[in-house]
Amino acid sequence: MSDINSQAVARYKNNFLREVEERVEDGHWVKMCMQCGVCAGSCPFGPHWEHSPQKLFMMIRAGKREEVLKTDSMWMCTSCYNCIARCPRKLPITHIMHGLANYAYRLGLSPKGQPNQVIARIFWNNAIKHGRVNELTFSLAMYFKDGIGQGIKNSLAMQGVGLGLMKAKRLNPMEILGGHTCKDKSGIAKMLTKAREIEDRRRGLA
Amino acid sequence: MADNKFAAYICSGCGIGDTLNVGAMEKIATKEGKMALVKSHAFLCNTEGVQMIRDDIANEGVTHVCIAACSRRAKTEAFNFPGIAMSRANLREGVIWVVAEGAAHDEVRQEMAEDYVRMGCAEVKKMIVPGGNVKESSSKRILVVGGGISGMTAALAAADAGYEVVIVEKAGQLGGFAKNLVKRVPFSGPYSEPQATGVEEMAAKISANPLVKVHLNSTVAETAGAPGRFKIKIAQLSDQVGGALAEELVGAIVQATGFTPYDVTKLTELGGGQANVVDQAGLEALAKSANGGAILRADGKEVKSVVFVQCAGQRGSGGNGSGQHLEYCSGHCCATSIKQAMYFKDANPEVDTVVMYSDLRVPGMGEDFYRSAQTKGVIFTKGKVNKVAGGGSCKVDFRDLILDEDTSVDADLVVLATGQVPNAGVNLDDWTAVVTLADGGDEAAKAKTVEMKRGSVLNLEYRQGPDMPQFKYGFADSHFICFPYETRRTGIYAAGPTRRPMDMLQAQEDATGAALKAIQAVENAEKGRAAHPRAWDLSFPKVRLEGCTQCKRCTVECPFGAIDEDEKRFPLFNEERCRRCGTCMGACPVRVISFENYSVDTVGSQVKAVNVPDQFEEKPRILLLACENDAYPALDMAGLQRLTYSAYVRAIPVRCLGSVNTIWITDALSAGYDGVMMMGCKKGDDYQCHFVKGSELASYRMSKIGDTLKQMGVEAERVITHEVAITDHERVAKLINDYAAQIQEIGLSPMKF
Repeated sequence: MSDINSQAVARYKNNFLREVEERVEDGHWVKMCMQCGVCAGSCPFGPHWEHSPQKLFMMIRAGKREEVLKTDSMWMCTSCYNCIARCPRKLPITHIMHGLANYAYRLGLSPKGQPNQVIARIFWNNAIKHGRVNELTFSLAMYFKDGIGQGIKNSLAMQGVGLGLMKAKRLNPMEILGGHTCKDKSGIAKMLTKAREIEDRRRGLA
Repeated sequence: MADNKFAAYICSGCGIGDTLNVGAMEKIATKEGKMALVKSHAFLCNTEGVQMIRDDIANEGVTHVCIAACSRRAKTEAFNFPGIAMSRANLREGVIWVVAEGAAHDEVRQEMAEDYVRMGCAEVKKMIVPGGNVKESSSKRILVVGGGISGMTAALAAADAGYEVVIVEKAGQLGGFAKNLVKRVPFSGPYSEPQATGVEEMAAKISANPLVKVHLNSTVAETAGAPGRFKIKIAQLSDQVGGALAEELVGAIVQATGFTPYDVTKLTELGGGQANVVDQAGLEALAKSANGGAILRADGKEVKSVVFVQCAGQRGSGGNGSGQHLEYCSGHCCATSIKQAMYFKDANPEVDTVVMYSDLRVPGMGEDFYRSAQTKGVIFTKGKVNKVAGGGSCKVDFRDLILDEDTSVDADLVVLATGQVPNAGVNLDDWTAVVTLADGGDEAAKAKTVEMKRGSVLNLEYRQGPDMPQFKYGFADSHFICFPYETRRTGIYAAGPTRRPMDMLQAQEDATGAALKAIQAVENAEKGRAAHPRAWDLSFPKVRLEGCTQCKRCTVECPFGAIDEDEKRFPLFNEERCRRCGTCMGACPVRVISFENYSVDTVGSQVKAVNVPDQFEEKPRILLLACENDAYPALDMAGLQRLTYSAYVRAIPVRCLGSVNTIWITDALSAGYDGVMMMGCKKGDDYQCHFVKGSELASYRMSKIGDTLKQMGVEAERVITHEVAITDHERVAKLINDYAAQIQEIGLSPMKF
């Protein structure tokens, strides 16, 4: 168990709802759910979720901490915002799903190798490096996430698309050398560090 | 009768003159209708046309008027001639608007119009202007039984309108169930916090009001009489049997006897009766003694966690418990539990409060109240409780309906949201059964009647029993769908949870409505007029007792208990209790009961006035007896919508299908009509009959008419009954057309000459 996780368990004892309210983005909305199930019915990925948002909210209230934080359900969210648009109680469900996913990841409880989690991490690391996303290195990182052999296979399979993009001047192969960056890389890095510090302090994670 | 002068006025406006031969109708009114005066006018309902009729009444001595124009439901203000008997022949909605257009239909259309003129003339000749029965003395005081929220609201509403009120309250102080509450569910925005009950203010207003007289510690020992003249005997609870009874004379009664919470000890499967398992009333008591501080259990321990079990012993198997308790939802309990959870959260936000529900029902603005409780941190769990164990540490085993698993929750206290049981007095069905035994000389049954009367609310001296009839689940009577405060005891109105489960706000609205009804009743009684729904009606059943065979059908079938029996066992009509539906008239096998303006003759003569073509003309005639409350308006509406139906039908409005005397049907069939249709209101548990039992009785009587038809040699299909709602204009047209087609199929009546 990670330190940060054992600290959280000690701090909130059995009150998982309070932990979510204090530490998860928009978590204070969870108690307002009235269990109508419109979010579950509206989700285009509904059948692929282990627990629908409705159930997740009920599980949080019932104190099922491990089950909620370890599930891959909230990682299935594609941010289509159907649930937010339809929730009669105006819960920001999409944001809560991302908040839960983020919190589970911070605690080290999120399912390892969950594809959405991998892509999110690669995207983030790529973006903060130069202050913008380098599409070529991001794509390649995705191809090679499962090892070199699989990476070569993926690249060969996609070479037609890549050449097409190059012909249409939508992809510059020289970007592999680092590509263009934003002006003040160290400023961006500082800004992000500060933002994270503030966020962690607010959520009691500092 | 020598002074009667009959006149017919035919309007040719609204297209009547363009489509119909008015001259021919004038001739019929004169020759066949035997009208002394027949006139036509191009616009009868305008000032000039109406003045023409008024002049004839003033100068020519016209006493009876047949107006052949639009439906009797139209232009009632123009055609209003006090002291004059009037019939209406419906040529507009009943003929030109509903018979198909075109020359091919000219003949049948004209025949239909001429028949309506014949019928209007025949009817008016049999009519007498009702004299009414203005009372020399009539009480306008209103008795309110029950001094709770409903009773106090009704009393204050009536007193504010200037009426004297007498309140009879069983307890030693006013306030009823609500006086034991800490707070109530909010009535006003922002609907987020519980509010003060307001009971003390209401009670203070009542004691300060000189128009309101209060009998505390009292019950109603006897109610005799009728609207405008109820004699009430009031017994003090402390009185010895035979002690002096206070007497009050009142004109109308509001029964606001409220409810009793369902006995929680019967809910053994939910821990009812065990330590630290209370009902909502029990929780109010705990909260009251906490006085805003931490809420303590009976054993003195502070409550740190509480579970509210909703629908405890309610909603049959849909609620919590064995399903062997109340079948219905009491409506208020969800909001009440939310309020009670707030008692805990407001005193100490750290208290765990869980509301266990299967369907949270918070009508009105309750959704805001629900949201407020969620904001305060009350947890709402959708679950079905399997078992509750009380004691030092309570445990609630339940099935989580969202997560679909059996689980449990521990709590210091469990609150069971039990339902409302109406205080509605004696069940009249049970009463009748016991009285029948007692009349047969059964001594035990005689003793039982005395005991049953002790549980009565009103102790009515009516032959039908000591209380008003009970509706579903033992609630006091109510015309639930159309006129909620109306009961089958004229001048007696039920209000509040005695009538249906409800919360305080609904009870107040209910009580205000009932108070207005009571005011209406005393005013109508004084003027000798009927009560709702024929509140303008001055007619009253007249009975030729010399022809009466004492069959008791009228006394038994009267839906309103208006008819008692005198010492010689003849029917004794209590005019003020009568609603003028005519059910007695329909019931009477010897046809001795009639109204001045609505009688076996007024309808019978219309049936006979129709010109029935002989068999060689191949034009069937269908008699349509349509209830004037729903079916006849639906027929008019069909006309307004220009829906067409068969021109072979001849419609006669009746006050209620219950007033249909079978003689009209047999007369019609003997006269060669090919079919008789009846259209009345919905019967059964969710009846819409304005007179409650009329359509049901009619349907029962018609189920017995088969033998008569057989004897006459007529097919059973020649008499049919339909239930029709006021919105059924498309359906009535279709029903008529379908029946006309069916008549074509089975052929013309064998009774034609």
